[in-house]
Amino acid sequence: MSVYLDHNATTPVREEVLETMLPYLRTFFGNPSSVHSVGRQVRQAIEEARATVASGLGVRARDIYFTSGGTEANVMVLMGATGTKQAEQRRRIVISSVEHPSVLHSAKELEKRGFEVISLPVDERGVVSLDHARQAIDDRTLLVSVMLANNETGVIQPVAEISSMARAHGAWMHSDLVQALGKIPVDVKGLGLDMATVSSHKIYGPKAVGAVYVRGGIRLRPLLYGGHQEHRVRPGTENPAGIIGFARAMELVLSDMDQGVMDRVEELRDMLEQEILKRIPHIRINGGGASRVPNTLNVTFGFVEGEGLALMLDAQAIAVSTGSACSSGTLEPSHVLIAMGMPHELAHGSIRFSLGRMNTSEEIMETAQKVARVVEQLRSMSPLYEDFTKSGMDFGSYLVKVGSDDEKSAMEE
Amino acid sequence: MAGFDYSPKVMDYFMNPRNMGELEDADGVGTVGNPTCGDVMRLYLKIEDGTIVDARFKTFGCAAAIATSSMVTEMVVGRTISEALEISNKAVAEALDGLPPVKMHCSVLAEEALVAAIEDYHERSDGRDK
Repeated sequence: MSVYLDHNATTPVREEVLETMLPYLRTFFGNPSSVHSVGRQVRQAIEEARATVASGLGVRARDIYFTSGGTEANVMVLMGATGTKQAEQRRRIVISSVEHPSVLHSAKELEKRGFEVISLPVDERGVVSLDHARQAIDDRTLLVSVMLANNETGVIQPVAEISSMARAHGAWMHSDLVQALGKIPVDVKGLGLDMATVSSHKIYGPKAVGAVYVRGGIRLRPLLYGGHQEHRVRPGTENPAGIIGFARAMELVLSDMDQGVMDRVEELRDMLEQEILKRIPHIRINGGGASRVPNTLNVTFGFVEGEGLALMLDAQAIAVSTGSACSSGTLEPSHVLIAMGMPHELAHGSIRFSLGRMNTSEEIMETAQKVARVVEQLRSMSPLYEDFTKSGMDFGSYLVKVGSDDEKSAMEE
Repeated sequence: MAGFDYSPKVMDYFMNPRNMGELEDADGVGTVGNPTCGDVMRLYLKIEDGTIVDARFKTFGCAAAIATSSMVTEMVVGRTISEALEISNKAVAEALDGLPPVKMHCSVLAEEALVAAIEDYHERSDGRDK
């Protein structure tokens, strides 16, 4: 039996979602922009889907634009906002240091194009600093973009507070809601957002579809040029099956939440955390001191390296992730954990467990047991663990030592 | 899952590492790498009459780091010191049917660990001669 604990990377498409999609692949093939009924019936289904997504977020349907996913939505907001008239006067962009790479890298590009980008630090729990936000957001600020829930730690950010700062200075507020949707209640109006990003494949919908909410009155400069689709903000023939599946997934995930599915997931997450703490010494729960989405658990296992741990667990049919899937493939440890002040050595030994609606308590117990075994095995081959046990140090002082070594090596570079 | 394509041989040496552990009576021990970069290798050598008769390793690092250090322990046993010093990082990588390009530095580290362990052996025996 295989245990999938990587739902922040992606989720399986629900059967009910697939069922609503199939007719739009098999039968209703029309182009939604056509004048004939073959196309018009598809147009109608897309508009119903738009209404569903909008109502799930508590916004107007005409303010929802479908995209190819979260990345496109985030890039549309950052690049699009800086192409507006407002951007001629307002040259500052404020983001957090733990944003998704699509926000971080867009901001880097905007810096090259002459914008001033301020990246807000987070505290050791992973929470964005409100003091820094207050200092950074001023009357020259065009856009503030802070995610609601972090993908790696699950930490929930004080978006409503930051958004009122933005409003006070006439800056636009955007939030990447991708990891929050379906896990905690998301109220776009209540959060005071001008723009927001959501994605389908994190909520048991198909991949390569998402949406961006843009408050009426804001006209983003488009990334693409073409036909009149999505009010020309996002031209190109729509992806009807994807959009319709996304809307169905949203309906289902919100009704799941109402029925307490996430409460059960939270119990399982807490159980996993407790079982791991009980079985394995010398570990640290990342983001544990902050409020987190109910499905995410990020743990640093001292003296072992995350890739090896994840691969060994994979060989035992347990799927977890090291850092974010986007940054694995590089050798850099997670930018999120580094932003939290974690020394590189420890960031290298971190694993994210992200649970989903189908996980069971049996799977959680099995995972805790296997993780304990694999960590023990990797520690037995770790020279760092050998040195630690011979030193007679306790883990607390070891962490302090590693922290100061890390600062030293950062200074050498 | 990690975005890397490891050869079956790398996976085998990672999952079932040969010569893992310490050598209590080692004649040379070399530790290289930096925990900040995510890799630390320690190589233990037992040397008799200029020939490496036993080798063990301990590694903190990714699958490639563990596999390359395990492989190098297998490659050195039975070789004289000068023969061992001829083992290149490329030879270690080739013995594992290749490494992903971003992981080639692991084989460099394995070669450095070997050199460091031999240097340690020389330092110890110089001390003894005096």
